[in-house]
Amino acid sequence: MIRGFIDHLVTFLSVLATVLVILPLLAIFVYLVYKGASSLNLDFFTKIPKTPGETGGGMANAIVGSAVLLGLASVIGIPIGIGAGVFLAEFGRGTRLANAIRFTADVLNGVPSIVMGVAAYALIVSPHISFLPFTGHFSAFAGGVALGIMMIPTITRTTEEMLLMVPNAIREAALGLGVPNWRSVLAITVKTASPGIITGCMLAFSRVAGETAPLIFTVLGNAFWSTSLDRPIAALPLQIYVFALSPYDDWHRLAWAGSLVLIALIVLAVSLVRFVTSRGVLKGTS
Amino acid sequence: MVLCGLSIFGIVLLIAVELIKRSDLAWAKFGFQFFFRADLDPVTHQPIYWDPVNGHFSALPFVYGTLVSSFLSLVLAVPLAVGVAIFLTEMCPLALRSILAFLTELLAAIPSIIYGLWAVFVLVPLLREHVNPSLIKYLGWTGLFADDNPTGLGFVSAAVILAIMILPIISSLTREVMIAVPHSQREAVLALGATRWEMIRMGVLRNARIGIVGAIILGLGRALGETMAVTMVIGNTPEIHHSLLANGASMAAVIANEYAEAVSDLHRSALTEIGLALFIVTIIVNACARLLVWAVTRGAPARVV
Repeated sequence: MIRGFIDHLVTFLSVLATVLVILPLLAIFVYLVYKGASSLNLDFFTKIPKTPGETGGGMANAIVGSAVLLGLASVIGIPIGIGAGVFLAEFGRGTRLANAIRFTADVLNGVPSIVMGVAAYALIVSPHISFLPFTGHFSAFAGGVALGIMMIPTITRTTEEMLLMVPNAIREAALGLGVPNWRSVLAITVKTASPGIITGCMLAFSRVAGETAPLIFTVLGNAFWSTSLDRPIAALPLQIYVFALSPYDDWHRLAWAGSLVLIALIVLAVSLVRFVTSRGVLKGTS
Repeated sequence: MVLCGLSIFGIVLLIAVELIKRSDLAWAKFGFQFFFRADLDPVTHQPIYWDPVNGHFSALPFVYGTLVSSFLSLVLAVPLAVGVAIFLTEMCPLALRSILAFLTELLAAIPSIIYGLWAVFVLVPLLREHVNPSLIKYLGWTGLFADDNPTGLGFVSAAVILAIMILPIISSLTREVMIAVPHSQREAVLALGATRWEMIRMGVLRNARIGIVGAIILGLGRALGETMAVTMVIGNTPEIHHSLLANGASMAAVIANEYAEAVSDLHRSALTEIGLALFIVTIIVNACARLLVWAVTRGAPARVV
């Protein structure tokens, strides 16, 4: 009898735990929509922030700046990540080097983003090396590099996972036809797993899109229009951070709207990822 | 391809080397004492921990703040996360399972700045008005809840928002290790006449114990390095108080706040040394956690969190 009671109690507690976990999620979303939706208008997407005290303005420079940063981060992170993933799954499968690389990628994944920012500052922002183009001052380049490095472990792991899911029959068929190994890997295996690999890149992209800490002292933020890689640039999460901690109501309003845009993008990416992976990633394989 | 793989080694090495190089000023001046020394104010004889303008540098309040907020968040998050994992793995009807799992993953995808924004405008007032007075009234006798901080910022708020942030990591990894337990274990315990909870306890949790500990340590690793949400709610005061409701500071928060405007090379070097400590600690914590989780799931490629 006691055992039955404890069983029911545990069931109740587990349901309670689940409710308590889902509650903040719903609270955050509802509050974001409630606070942010009223400030989302065309101005938000086309104007730069006004001086404090004036109403209006938007976060257009931050959105464009984030796009620039994420573009640079993708250019750095995606090739290296996919290359490392291909190595782990195809050329080095089972070797101790591959295990070490996989372990190091996991470790790199866990490094706090603020430490990445410090490293990017130390490597790119502070040294004055005259022949390197972007060093010596705060710049979008430094932030893009920091974000790109953060993308690498995620892309590596998901690429490896997706490539391991490609059935061996395909590889054997290609090799049986006399295709050299490197070509079989690139043209056939990677192509087969490409929806999954793209999914992994989207996942890394959405994770890095919301990162603020590495940007605080690498790109520094910019109150005006700028797309140059050589200058400080505005970024959406950074702008939200600065506005949220300011004492001006108008800036708070903009921060909520910016958060809504950010979360909408991320939810979109995550849902797309879920949809692609649940539907079956490997089309054309038996 | 090999180059791409080796570049990951290179990146980690580069980060480590740069951090060590940049913190050598502070290391030369303070040594290992940096983490637990304190200068005394000549007038009031109270310890001064962190006063960059006058050259007092000690990482003690930040280490204290990081540890207190992280462990408090673990205390809050672990029961909930394990409860959610148990519910989703063993008790949930199949139709609801994918929706709830998706929602928990969505919690993991929310950027920390949005958590911070929500915490500053919603959570902190909520705690300040409704929760903190009750804590002071009913638990004030423990000495952990003093009445001297009316702002609502502090370790409790930081711990709550950190708990919300590390919940999805712990719960999704716990689910993974619970699913990895073979069904024969569950069936054996049920065949001996156990109730569902006894089956979960003896058949699943006992086998997945190591992995669950690994999941918890991974959550701890995330909590230790979390910057934005903590910076916004912990109060950023480099002091040590026994009250959990007091303002504090954490290692990541002080780096985020002061690095861009460091007043001297020694200041920047001290901050870099704090960053180096954070780097080493999170590497060790994450390495232990991954090893533990791997030991249970046996090398099947872990889902990227």
